Amino acid sequence: MTSRLPSQAKGGFNFDNHVRNAAMEGKGAALPKATKTGTTIVGLIYKDGVVLGADTRATAGPIVADKNCEKIHYLAPNMYCCGAGTAADTEMTTSLISSQLELHRLATGRQARIVTAMTLLKQMLFKYQGHIGAALILGGVDISGPQLYTIYPHGSTDKLPYVTMGSGSLNAMSVFESRWTPNMDRESAIELVKDAIEAGIFNDLGSGSNVDVVVLTKDKVDVLRNYARPNERGVKEASYVFRRGTTQVLKTSIRDMVDIKETVESIATSTAMEVDAV
Amino acid sequence: MMSTVPSELPVTAPIEHRFDPYVDNGGTLLSIAGKDFCVVAADTRLSEGYSIHTRYVPKSVKLSDKTVISMGGCYADCLTLTKRIQQNMEASLVAPMWYRHAHGKTMSTAAIAQMLSIMLYQKRFFPFYSWCILGGLDEEGRGAVYTYDPVGSYEREACRCAGSASSLIQPFLDNQINFKNQASERRELSLDQVLRITKDSFTSATERDIYTGDYLEIFVITSNGVELQKMGLKKD
Amino acid sequence: MDHFPTNWGNPRNEDGESYNTYPMASNKVPQGVQQIAGYGHASGHPTTHTQSPVVTGTSVLGLKFKDGVLMAADNLASYGSLARFRDVERLHKVSDFTVIGASGDISDFQYVKHLLDAQMIKEYNADDGHSLATPHVFEYLWRIMYNRRSKMNPLWNTFVLGGVHKGENFLGAIDLKGTPYQSPSIATGFGSHLATPMLRKALDNAGGSENLTREEAEKLLVECMKVCWLRDARSSFKYQIAAITSQGVSISEPHDLRPLTYWEHGRDVRGYGA
Repeated sequence: MTSRLPSQAKGGFNFDNHVRNAAMEGKGAALPKATKTGTTIVGLIYKDGVVLGADTRATAGPIVADKNCEKIHYLAPNMYCCGAGTAADTEMTTSLISSQLELHRLATGRQARIVTAMTLLKQMLFKYQGHIGAALILGGVDISGPQLYTIYPHGSTDKLPYVTMGSGSLNAMSVFESRWTPNMDRESAIELVKDAIEAGIFNDLGSGSNVDVVVLTKDKVDVLRNYARPNERGVKEASYVFRRGTTQVLKTSIRDMVDIKETVESIATSTAMEVDAV
Repeated sequence: MMSTVPSELPVTAPIEHRFDPYVDNGGTLLSIAGKDFCVVAADTRLSEGYSIHTRYVPKSVKLSDKTVISMGGCYADCLTLTKRIQQNMEASLVAPMWYRHAHGKTMSTAAIAQMLSIMLYQKRFFPFYSWCILGGLDEEGRGAVYTYDPVGSYEREACRCAGSASSLIQPFLDNQINFKNQASERRELSLDQVLRITKDSFTSATERDIYTGDYLEIFVITSNGVELQKMGLKKD
Repeated sequence: MDHFPTNWGNPRNEDGESYNTYPMASNKVPQGVQQIAGYGHASGHPTTHTQSPVVTGTSVLGLKFKDGVLMAADNLASYGSLARFRDVERLHKVSDFTVIGASGDISDFQYVKHLLDAQMIKEYNADDGHSLATPHVFEYLWRIMYNRRSKMNPLWNTFVLGGVHKGENFLGAIDLKGTPYQSPSIATGFGSHLATPMLRKALDNAGGSENLTREEAEKLLVECMKVCWLRDARSSFKYQIAAITSQGVSISEPHDLRPLTYWEHGRDVRGYGA
């Protein structure tokens, strides 16, 4: 017996509405747009490892959607990944690769390498030809030392000692270009990352609020959530507590509670259901 | 069921290369009328896209001892319009002569309000992209707020917010100034209360609107004249 | 590839180049346009206004300091991605106390130079003891720019005007839409992303431009020019600095940024991936 029922989706993207949406768009219908986050994310290699940094503003058009979001995503115990671009894409892509890395680790019994994550990410993004709008900074430490990559939405990658991404990338890069040196110590590396993110926070409207930092070394990872908080909100001038009874009562209607009764009826079992008898 | 995907679906929209003379420079402004005072406030951020051109540019201008104009939208248009208002306060539109020199007095708030409407409508088919709020005292010394759309429709109101964070602040003003949705809660607000609500409006808008921030300028118009207060806003 | 970060994450689009200078306008008559002999352009197109700049200059930087204003710009005029003219002066002395710097279309800049020079000569010939100071030139330039944008035929530039007038330092900018603004630090084009953060930070740390010495300001501006050269693909290492103080205007000879840059860490970069 062959079933003509639609097969159950096994995962991946679903294109069922593609033709309908294209037709609607052709007739001038406005299709919903994905949230694109303005962002400043950075990473640099210093003497003992990698420092990653990110701002914490998430925007929906001109509105700040989240004042303290997390843009540095966990990938594996020895690597983290900053995400810029379409919010959903960065989150789903990093968590997908994160679970693949977990399986890889269980299968091999070894620590995953940064290049492995980089390759998984770039192959996935290239496959989707830029339609997955994730711009990533991947940093970590493995057997071959500290590694830092940028991965663009089309799947190209860079391997550089200091990198920036997002709408505030140029602001942050100006800080790196004038102050980065090889073999920095931990303290000055963190300070430089903080200043680079703050350049984005104060000069790029897509970036704002706080500075998140992650420091990765050979045997330790420090997640410094809200490492700097340069934008604390001041105290309000007035109190906005409403007096009891502020909400007007338009009408009052008091009802008895509805009784819920449950009845069970047994249905006689017939022959097994045939979906499609030939 | 099988469906075929048409091979030539529109993937990209054509890029238009026509020059767009307008630009939205962001910013928020508001005005609240009291019994014998008027408050006009605006932030000072001038932005374009994701960049801040400058953190300090005044969006409000004192026109007389009784009137202040505040504008947002396309800054080039706003500044041009302000200049023309100031010019016309000297030279009347109705008679081609200087108003102040012709009539020996400064234009009243109501007269400026009417004139601004005409000036905006004169450019009906190439409008000034500016959201205007005129605040001041009327002939009886009461607070007056006049609000405009870019092509000159205008109205006198108790309070109004315009610009990039208007949709955030206006509902708050409706509730706090006009006591909307507050049963039996109608009272005259003092200048101090209005100033507090104004400052809270802007600090809150700065939290959630990326185009509002840097500094706040508050003009307080009373029978003693116009006083300017400044305060800092967040700069991120 | 599209190097401008705000465009990242969009589907690939080969129809336009981000600088809108390539491909150049073709001579092909657009479809549906009937060509009438003796009408419009020799190319067959009707006469058009500037829809995009052609030969362009990149960033101009400006910074106020204690005793005046400093400005900087490189000497490159690009033709799309071609470094077409490498010894163009983009800082121009308007008067004894005013300098104009231009980014954007070079031919439009040359036209504006002509307008300003003509205006200054007119003022000089009046011989009435008055001359246009920086704020007046700024206002004049603003009206020119706003007028042209209102005619839908803009001058495709962002101008920076620096000067000293009555003991006050003046630094302002006007763009192709006639947006005028003043600020203690100004950077146009790519510089607005790269140099502005550095300039604003330095001004904040100093507690305002009045606490910045000329030496500090000049050092900072050179550092900004260096960063712009490192990251702006339409920039050059050859640049000039103009200083406007109560003593007058001085525009430097071209300097070279190359000795200031450090490339050794590139030696350790291997490939782009595995």
